[in-house]
Amino acid sequence: MTWGVLQFPGSCDERDALFACERAGDGARLIWHESRDLDGVDGIVVPGGFSYGDYLRAGAIARFSPAMEAVAEAAAGGAPVLGICNGFQVLCEAGLLPGALLRNAELRFRCHQVDLIEVGSEERLSIPAKHGEGRYYAPEAMLDEMETNGQIAYRYAEGHNSNGSVRDIAGVTNDRGNVLGLMPHPEHAVDPLTGSTDGLRVFERMSRVAA
Amino acid sequence: MTVGTPKYRELGLTDSEYELIVEKLGREPNDVELAMFSLLWSEHCAYKHSRKLLGRLPTEGERVVMGPGENAGAVDVGNGYAVAFKVESHNHPSAVEPFQGAATGVGGILRDVFAIGARPIAILDSLRFGELDSVRSRHLLDGAVRGIGHYGNSIGVANVGGEIYFEAPYEHNCLVNAMCIGFAKTSDMVRAAAAGPGNAVVLFGASTGRDGIGGASVLASAELGEGDDAKRPTVQIGDPFEEAKVLECCLELLAKGLLVSLQDLGAAGLTSSAGEMASAGGVGIDIDVAEVPLREADMEPFEIMVSESQERMLAVVEPERVAEVRAICEKWQTGSAEIGQVTESGLVRILRGGEVVGEMPVEALVDGCPLYDLDPVEPEGWIYGNRTTLAEGVAPEEELLALLSSPNIASKRWAFEQYDSLVGSRTVRRPEQADAAVLQLPEAGNAIAVSIDGNGRRVACDPYAGTIEAVLECAQNLACVGAEPLGLTNCLNFGNPEKPTGAWQLDRAVSGLADACNALGVPVVGGNVSLYNEGPEGPIYPTPVVALVGELPDPAQVAGSGFARAGDAIGLVGPFAPVLAGSELAKQRGQLEMGLPQPDIAAVAAACNVVREAVRAGKLSSAHDVSDGGLACAIAESAIAGGIGCETNVEHLRERGAQPEQALFGEGTGGFLVSGDRANLEELGAVLIGSVGGENIAIGAGDRSLSVSLADAERAWRSLAVKAEGDGA
Repeated sequence: MTWGVLQFPGSCDERDALFACERAGDGARLIWHESRDLDGVDGIVVPGGFSYGDYLRAGAIARFSPAMEAVAEAAAGGAPVLGICNGFQVLCEAGLLPGALLRNAELRFRCHQVDLIEVGSEERLSIPAKHGEGRYYAPEAMLDEMETNGQIAYRYAEGHNSNGSVRDIAGVTNDRGNVLGLMPHPEHAVDPLTGSTDGLRVFERMSRVAA
Repeated sequence: MTVGTPKYRELGLTDSEYELIVEKLGREPNDVELAMFSLLWSEHCAYKHSRKLLGRLPTEGERVVMGPGENAGAVDVGNGYAVAFKVESHNHPSAVEPFQGAATGVGGILRDVFAIGARPIAILDSLRFGELDSVRSRHLLDGAVRGIGHYGNSIGVANVGGEIYFEAPYEHNCLVNAMCIGFAKTSDMVRAAAAGPGNAVVLFGASTGRDGIGGASVLASAELGEGDDAKRPTVQIGDPFEEAKVLECCLELLAKGLLVSLQDLGAAGLTSSAGEMASAGGVGIDIDVAEVPLREADMEPFEIMVSESQERMLAVVEPERVAEVRAICEKWQTGSAEIGQVTESGLVRILRGGEVVGEMPVEALVDGCPLYDLDPVEPEGWIYGNRTTLAEGVAPEEELLALLSSPNIASKRWAFEQYDSLVGSRTVRRPEQADAAVLQLPEAGNAIAVSIDGNGRRVACDPYAGTIEAVLECAQNLACVGAEPLGLTNCLNFGNPEKPTGAWQLDRAVSGLADACNALGVPVVGGNVSLYNEGPEGPIYPTPVVALVGELPDPAQVAGSGFARAGDAIGLVGPFAPVLAGSELAKQRGQLEMGLPQPDIAAVAAACNVVREAVRAGKLSSAHDVSDGGLACAIAESAIAGGIGCETNVEHLRERGAQPEQALFGEGTGGFLVSGDRANLEELGAVLIGSVGGENIAIGAGDRSLSVSLADAERAWRSLAVKAEGDGA
């Protein structure tokens, strides 16, 4: 499959995401934020970084970009959409995913390796996290509904929830399961030389959505 | 401002310098010209007290692509690629406002690197503060770390390493040195020299405001006649989002071959970038301040010329390409304006609309500042005082734990976890995983390693030997990951060079730097000098921060610093002969005084070769240089990093004149602590001192033998966060 990786002014991890898609055996190309045309790609990665400087609120400006309008249409059509870190924040702001990301409980940016548990398979993944606003929050009733619908995709393993996310949630999907957002960075875990390759599992999961 | 004091003195020029300016112009300078001269003839821009000394440094080498004089130095890493790097200080702004001071320090060094067409791939930082029991120091540390993180994280450049020391002489004058490493196709790189009379001068990036007007605010208050009420803010405010756009914009402009030359706007703003571009190109330049996009409409010409507003670049562009250049700026949502042109006049001319408001020969403005000889006098003794925090005669276990929990030795995880160390997918060794940061360069087919170091306390004890030790420590750090040095950059942070002791420290340190670089065959490809770092209680420790960039062929063959396997033998390599002089233990005991042993550079270089080749051949499980806190701390660090204990004995160091206490905690250059198969260690001539295994760190040292649990050692070593955040102050 071929991924389109959105590029906003202020994106940081878009090249890493391109590299990760290729490592996962897929094709990938950048899509400029002003483009309403997704160029025929099969899935979308909304990458990490600080889109539009994250001014106002993380992801609050990027959600209005022309490319995000096209992403919303593609998501409605069932295409896989993966939001990583800032991308997760953008997808929440855009209403494509439930909940919101708040400032870390310790009020500091933190970059470190964390362990995640994939809900369902219970597989343990070692993936880096790096963010200052990654504390997942949603109202209790909404969380209960998400649990029922199987929308909790990843939880932090015991002792790894350093940002204070509610119910240890690291990643969630939409109701249909084709839109996934997570705070840790699978695109930084695709090369044994730089740490681990567990991030490939996340890309493979999203490729299965497309299939 | 004192009534009757001439403006030029308020701006930092001496009487004789002012007379020289009048002579070169053939008349008195007007306010615009005076402001511009005062900045370009400052120590910061003209290096007037250091340039003569810097001539001692070797700058040539077959791998040098760009040397001193460009925005950053660069070395060839093969396959048509180069690595650019530079370190620069932002000490005084950080002492006033640590968050913005440190943030804009990072912003400035990034611009230096992408100004030559290299994409920034890594940041390192070297920080110095007063002791952490001071509220001021905790405030400065917290602000500087947040500022570095804010800028680097937001722009998406990995922060891969650095160092922090806490010493009382930095209490009122902290040091914030930031380093950037860039990567480029050598053929895409660009120089800063303006060329081609008739070409357009284009300013792009952020608009120009009154921030960072600095010393020139004297002119503003003089004109307004309201004294101090009119002081302008002198600390610049950074906007990493703007810089992220400017960075991508610059790289696109250069990749498309649209620029003749490029220069960033740093200290002294337009004045310095326009002047230096013209000087380097042997041309003249006209700047029309009426064309500069402003944040405040009523800015005076001198304010526009000296503003240090961040995130701005100056380019020389062929006239027919200006429209295309400005379209790319628009794509990246950053401003641009054609503000002048390159001329044949040999003059820097400042216009406002049609009116000439300043006109100076480039030669006088940029290269006309007199260079001074120093008047060095060796001080008669230790000038920095002593404070006792650890009594003599306590149990050796207590000494080890006191040293491991010293903020100078303790893990800096609290700080470096606030930085993104991963973006870019090049980071093969993250902070604390090895002695040097390692970045893979798949495009060039190899990797680079980087280390930055400078123990000011030891340089204060002996500026010559201490500076050599700093270079050797970097070389040892590179050897531990299998890298060979390619080039060195440095930032010389010193006190007042016009005082005899400050002059002596600077003079001896530069000689040490020159001798170390010559002996190692490493060229100095760039550097920065920060003088007048003094507080009310005296000068800072003389602090030459040196950074080495090296090359390694295979990033898969990199040793870590932590013990890796139970049963491995532990060995000591190199001419390590520890003494307590200048050590962390001597500091804690309040026993600091002048004097260090003179390092044997050739012997250390030979040991580096041995370790480097062993790492490259995959023969070592771990390699760690012996540094602060001596061999006992090095052993503890390798054990903690590996999560496994060890049984060792260091008594053989008696043969090198070290009594048990010196063997444990004495410091000195040239020691490597390695682990691996016993046969491999014997083959490289290591002195075998023990084996890996168990839950304790046990070190035999005669009547000072010690054993602490791995857990207790790790708790002490990880105690910085609590001290850094204090009681919430």
